[in-house]
This record gives sequence, structure tokens and C-alpha cells, in this order.
Amino acid sequence: MTPPDYEYLRKILKDHSGLDLSADKQYLIESRLLPLSRKCGVAGIGELVLKMKGGSSTIIAQVVEAMTTNETFFFRDKVPFEHFRDTIMPEMLKARANRKSIRIWCAAGSTGQEPYSLAMSLKEMGPALAGWRTEIIATDLSQEVLEKSKSGIYSQFEVQRGLPIQLLVKYFKQNGELWQISPELRGMVQHRQLNLLHDFSLLGNFDIIFCRNVLIYFDQDTKINIFGRLAKAMEGDGFLVLGAAETVVGLTDVFKPFPDKRGLYRPSGARAASPQAGGSMPKIAAMAGR
Amino acid sequence: MKTCLVVDDSSVVRKIARRILEEMDFHIVEAEDGEQALEACKGAMPTAVLLDWNMPVMDGYEFLGHLRRLPGGDVPKVVFCTTENGMDHISRALHAGANEYIMKPFDKDIVAAKFQEVGLVELT
Repeated sequence: MTPPDYEYLRKILKDHSGLDLSADKQYLIESRLLPLSRKCGVAGIGELVLKMKGGSSTIIAQVVEAMTTNETFFFRDKVPFEHFRDTIMPEMLKARANRKSIRIWCAAGSTGQEPYSLAMSLKEMGPALAGWRTEIIATDLSQEVLEKSKSGIYSQFEVQRGLPIQLLVKYFKQNGELWQISPELRGMVQHRQLNLLHDFSLLGNFDIIFCRNVLIYFDQDTKINIFGRLAKAMEGDGFLVLGAAETVVGLTDVFKPFPDKRGLYRPSGARAASPQAGGSMPKIAAMAGR
Repeated sequence: MKTCLVVDDSSVVRKIARRILEEMDFHIVEAEDGEQALEACKGAMPTAVLLDWNMPVMDGYEFLGHLRRLPGGDVPKVVFCTTENGMDHISRALHAGANEYIMKPFDKDIVAAKFQEVGLVELT
């Protein structure tokens, strides 16, 4: 992407959505707009910009949407966190009663709202988890958003989107206009930089994976590859949570939808169709238990 | 139809709030201070109250105390909407029976999120 194209996109986004990209967000534009340009049948971001300059308001609208829909807030979409509280955790408390440990991966942890929402959900379960070891690993492509996540500092605007006021009072400390999540909650989340396209087998095995609103940016083959490797990184009786607009149906049979719970999936035990990026031999997901 | 009582001494804020809440299918009743709001509640209990803190005659905090002691006054969901953005004010409001708390400045998304939070509107 040329610098003039970048400046043009920055201005359009600012004007149309208020999204204020700093000078170093090329990676963000590319990760969002390359899939879109493919969808629109143009060769790349340069051609996309040409179409925008040509006055195509539909393209502009799509560009703005692609750049802004991935905003994250606390307890985003609510439903996945209800699944977590009412379905996933009760099952896990039974299934891990001996081991008393649960590993959770937020595969697109972004600026931390999702992993901290899970951390708060765990804290809210109270004595049910006494004596348990719970691990939340938040990964993201961008080191910058991970730094923000680690700091746990949010603006007044950010803490008012999705976060019940009782939880703000309970788990945050105010510092002027900013709010910081408590050291205890921050201590529950570990951060790692990670590109989902690369091998992630070193992260180990997980009981629960939240992978929401990130696969939409990948093409079909890449999605299938990632699903295969996610299945390998998951316990046979684990849970996968996808975004509201995402599904495994029609792409892979390594996961199957959990009945009547939108966005919730479990490993099917089926063999993944040769997931390559990990470099290791494919194995049956159901046998991946430790 | 659900009714929301909008209590704020600023006519501009009331107008903005009215526009946002009417879009969310609320019937709007306005009051300029806590005393007017209390009278309105004695006439007909609203489903929801969007409540400023600092107002002449009777402030929002005092209004809330009176409201919760009225017959049926425990029913309306009360959402503070104020520039009093300190933790101490938020805690006091919750102890006095507020259901949610919006820190000004606010916009449509925040109002919608907070009203969802207390079950006043469905998730979209």
C-alpha cells in the first residue's frame, strides 16, 4: 500500500466513522481490506482506493464497515458469555473435577475486553472455583493492542459499552477519566503475540477456545487449516466459541455445532484434513487429551 | 408501550435523550427536576427513569430515595445519566437503588447498551 493510499484511507475512515488510525496502522488496513478487495474482485488495496475515489459509495461503505466492525467491548454480544457461564463452565466443573484446572485461550484477545470479561465471569462464579487453577491466554497479531490489554486501562467510553456498572465498581479503579482493571484480574490473563497463520502448538492444549470475529478475515482454505489446528490444540471434550457471523458448517467436520447454542462448537473427533502449518502429524482431535 | 421519564434540567439533554429513546420505542415523559419527576411518578409509574444528578429544587439522588419508598416505586428501572463520574457517586447511586449508571457525555450506543443491561430493551 502506498503512503498516499494510506493517507486517503485514513481520512475517509476518519470522516465516515470517526475511526482514528495512527500513522502505523498499515497492518490493520491490510488485514481488513485485502479480503474485501478479493470479494470485490479487485487486485488489491490500490485498486480499491481507485474505486473509492471514483465515487463508489457502496465500496466506501464496505471499507468503513470492514474497518470498524471488529471493535471490541466488554461482554460483546452477551450470548457467548451466557454460554460460558451456563453451559461451558458447569460442564467443565464436572469434567475437570479431578484435575481442577481449566485452560482458556482468547485467540483474538485484542485490547483485552474479551479475556477480562472471561476473567470477571470466573470471579463471579465465586466459591465454585475455589481451589481451581484457571488460566486465560490472550493472543493477538498486534503487539500494540496486547500492550493495551496488559495495561488494563480503558477510557470512560470503553467501560460503558457492555460492562454492567456493578462490575465496573467491583473490578476497576478510577484514575481521572481512565479506568484500570484490578491487578488480580490482570494477573489472571497472560499475553502472547501470535499470528494464527503460524504454528500455535507451543501454546499447549486448551479446554475452551474463544476465536471470535477473526476468521472472517481469512479465505476459506485458511479457515479450514486453522480449524484443523484449533481442533488439535483442544481437549476432546473442549468448547470452541466463534463470532455471531461465523460457523464451521460447510467448511470442516473437525468441530460440530453444540445443539441450540449459537456460536458454540465441540470437537467431533473427526480427523482434520491435513492441517499443515503446525508441521506435525495430523492426529485425531478426540485423542489430543493430555 | 413502555414509558421513560427523562429527568434533566437541561432542555438540550432532554431533547437528545428523547430522540434516542423514542427510536428505541419508548414513550417519553419529561421532568426538569426531582420534584417534578416525583409528581409524574405519583401520577403514573414509568417503566424507566433516565436521571440526571445535579438539578435545582430536588436533585436526582434525593428523588431516587423518595421514588423507592413510594408504593410501586421499586418497579421502574433507574439509569443515572450525569457528569458526576466519580466512583463515590456511582457507589452511592447503586446503594440508593439505581440500576445502571451512564457517565456523560453519552451517545445512542451507550444508552442502548445500558438499557439492554437492565433488561429494558432486547438484544439486537
